[in-house]
Amino acid sequence: MNWKGDYFFVIRNLVLKDFRIRYRNMSLGMFWSLLNPLVMLGVLVFVFTKIFPNPIPSFPVFVLCGLVPFNFFSVAWGSSTTSVVDSAALIKRVPFPREIVPIASVLSTTVHLAMQILLILVFALLYHKTPNIYWLWLPVVWGFAIIFVCGLGLIFSGINVYLRDTRYIVESTTQVLFWLVPIFYSFSIIPLRFRDIYQLNPIAALVLAQRNIILDAKAPPVTLLWKFFISSFAVFGIGLLTFHRLKRRFYNYL
Amino acid sequence: MTIIDFQGVSKIYRRHGGPRLLREHIKDWLGQDPSRDFYALRDVSFTVEKGERLAIVGPNGAGKSTTLSLIAGLSVPERGSVTVHGRISALLELGSGFHPDLTGIENIKLNASLLGFSRRQTLDLMDSIVDFSGIGDFVREPLRTYSTGMIMRLAFSVAVNLDPDILITDEILTVGDAPFQEKCLARIHDLSASGKTIVSVSHNPATLKMLCDRAIWLHQGQIVMDGPASEVLSAYAGSAPVPA
Repeated sequence: MNWKGDYFFVIRNLVLKDFRIRYRNMSLGMFWSLLNPLVMLGVLVFVFTKIFPNPIPSFPVFVLCGLVPFNFFSVAWGSSTTSVVDSAALIKRVPFPREIVPIASVLSTTVHLAMQILLILVFALLYHKTPNIYWLWLPVVWGFAIIFVCGLGLIFSGINVYLRDTRYIVESTTQVLFWLVPIFYSFSIIPLRFRDIYQLNPIAALVLAQRNIILDAKAPPVTLLWKFFISSFAVFGIGLLTFHRLKRRFYNYL
Repeated sequence: MTIIDFQGVSKIYRRHGGPRLLREHIKDWLGQDPSRDFYALRDVSFTVEKGERLAIVGPNGAGKSTTLSLIAGLSVPERGSVTVHGRISALLELGSGFHPDLTGIENIKLNASLLGFSRRQTLDLMDSIVDFSGIGDFVREPLRTYSTGMIMRLAFSVAVNLDPDILITDEILTVGDAPFQEKCLARIHDLSASGKTIVSVSHNPATLKMLCDRAIWLHQGQIVMDGPASEVLSAYAGSAPVPA
């Protein structure tokens, strides 16, 4: 396929399309992307302060630092997994690089993500966490997370074309991960022998880094950043290779 | 200069569109589902020179749309090779890539970008696309408020104004009112006069005779006849009636 277009322009248009379609028919617009985390936050704070009391200070900020990455991860992974099948009409009719589809799907969810990160920062300020120089690490760790999920999206959207059950596997996995990412508990109470496995999960790494930056006002540990950096780019690279192999026969299976 | 080159091309589909669910894949691995292959094209070879206007005719299921999808680079052959040079504008299905909730302008931008145009080029072409479509102020309205004819006009305007090297059309000139059809034909003639290559599929011999100088007649995935449009089209018209 000899497509020599403007990747940025296509991605921009696809992201705008998702955004417009979603919000043009909603009177509350962007408020919806804040409502879901706020409700979840309320429930988690109620359960883990009134029913199971815990000693974690600034608990709402602590929970948001886990909830927002998890939300982004589950929505972006889920929607990118079905993105190629959902765009079947386009993929069967217009010859453009197919990689753009899952990547644009992940980037569409970053619009909500931006709102939700603002929510974390607002809560941080409410709990007297003043901005500091380490907040500059936030865009870096979020960048790694986005690259990581783009990689996952490439892998799973490709597989989903040949194996339509994939989306259900992804959905179940995210439900399990809600408990296995330290959202409402801290990393320090995880038994030592499980910690290495936890750190391998880039989303858990993102949660930890975010708590270091916002709650502890310090830079994330260098080893954590390296692990996060390497695993994100490795998954993205594997994603591109996998997708490249799978896309050849999309037409026959869509 | 050869712009499209098919060498011994076979396109094989699996019946039922191939396995899609885990249990179907397992059945497949266990080899329980024999004789699943279906040849949409079987060992087809032809070349198209720059500036040629090719018609592809044949009954339903002859492999016409498959051929177009291979030229457009949408699918790859199971055997043989397909080589294509130049930018392709494919009108395989009207308004594919259009979304009903986006306005005309937004749809034009999205489509142009998918067809390989930069933001700058798209904005430069915007006026001529909107003018050609003749839908006026409606371009600022969501597409779902358009009539079928208006969507068709918009889709066609995008495709022909984007300066393709190869224009592929699949049954698109049979919709729209007579004046717009004439405008489209005139536009295709202009493109052709400026050296563009045109590949058309249609069941309307009159349109094809007007539009094309060469025709390929396909039947059950194989070439029956390849030659000047008038000869092939008369032979095809004189052949046994198309099974319904």
